[in-house]
Amino acid sequence: MKLFGFIAVFIVGSVLLVMTMDFPGWGDTSSPASQGQVSSFYIEETINETKVPNMVTAVLADFRGYDTMFETVVIFIAGIGIIAVLRTFSDHSSPAPDEPEEDNEGGDLIIRSTCHLVVPLIQLFALYVVAHGHHSPGGGFQGGVMLGTSYILFALACGLPAAKKRMGERRAIIIAAVGIIIYAGWGVACLLFGGNFLDYSSLDPLLPGDAQMARSHSMLAVEIGVAFTVTAIMFAIYSNLATRGRLEKGL
Amino acid sequence: MEFLATGFFEEYIVPKFNYWIYVILMMIGLFAMITKNNLIKKLIGMAIFQTAIILFYVSIGVKAESGIPILGHEQHHAIVEEGQPSSEVIKKDKFANPLPHVLMLTAIVVGVSTLGLALAISQRIYRSFDTLEEDEILDQLRPGGHD
Repeated sequence: MKLFGFIAVFIVGSVLLVMTMDFPGWGDTSSPASQGQVSSFYIEETINETKVPNMVTAVLADFRGYDTMFETVVIFIAGIGIIAVLRTFSDHSSPAPDEPEEDNEGGDLIIRSTCHLVVPLIQLFALYVVAHGHHSPGGGFQGGVMLGTSYILFALACGLPAAKKRMGERRAIIIAAVGIIIYAGWGVACLLFGGNFLDYSSLDPLLPGDAQMARSHSMLAVEIGVAFTVTAIMFAIYSNLATRGRLEKGL
Repeated sequence: MEFLATGFFEEYIVPKFNYWIYVILMMIGLFAMITKNNLIKKLIGMAIFQTAIILFYVSIGVKAESGIPILGHEQHHAIVEEGQPSSEVIKKDKFANPLPHVLMLTAIVVGVSTLGLALAISQRIYRSFDTLEEDEILDQLRPGGHD
């Protein structure tokens, strides 16, 4: 088995390496990826069409809005799938009376104090990353993951029951669904104002500024929706994987 | 041998080392997925495979003498506030193509989703079979196999 695997891998690898002979070299400015029409359009016209200086966010949330919307749905489905596969509701466990308080206490005093200091800062920075995603590196996915990790850090330091009080299972699923509803609802709002689905410029009458500014504001709204979903699903993935779906004591 | 020593190395390996790294990483991942018996090791191979693809796309997007595809404050101000034409303010050679970065953002997100779901399923398999070794699971699944 190992030998067959090695032969197959060797053949595939050789073919791929032979193919790279025709690929452009490192940093080649005349490569198709760097010189194509699409590339120049994005670089030159993004600022005119959307007034967003971060082209990556503009392409992600506006030009390729459908892609990002269904990407968010992919995350949502993954989270729902993990809950469906792992979650068990054990009826036998009647926890000892003193156990819950002990769990709420969590770990060591130093760890808990540090966690209480650090988590708000992480969340503040995550909100900045979400809100400033169309002007500097960042966006809904990055900020959402940071928000999710702040909850995970809290769960690691203070115990899962304490974290579940902040982000319970039901609340996590609702928040994840709300994120997708924000995104899809924004697209439907574009329909109501006479444009195509996710054609943000039709929201001009609703938002301050002109049609280009409407696209910029809409990107922020859409990124907030993405951040909602990613935050909740990241925490749901962690809490289910760490407790084998029992959501009791955790790591 | 002379050819291998100098020309080949300088022409095909040095300017394309990113492709060599991606192919090697990808083959490590593929090898792990094909031959390893343990499901978690297979998943590690899958993660390495995904990382190799991300590396491939990002390295294709590299453009010499260019920065990240985000306009600076002055350029943004000059176009939006002062109304200068973008084709004069923006020098195309100074910005990388944003598309590979966007596509890889998608790939990272999908990678996280698949990895999380796969870990959940393997945890469930462990709960049912008390093992993550593939051959032992197949043994138990066989009709006459010991349970």
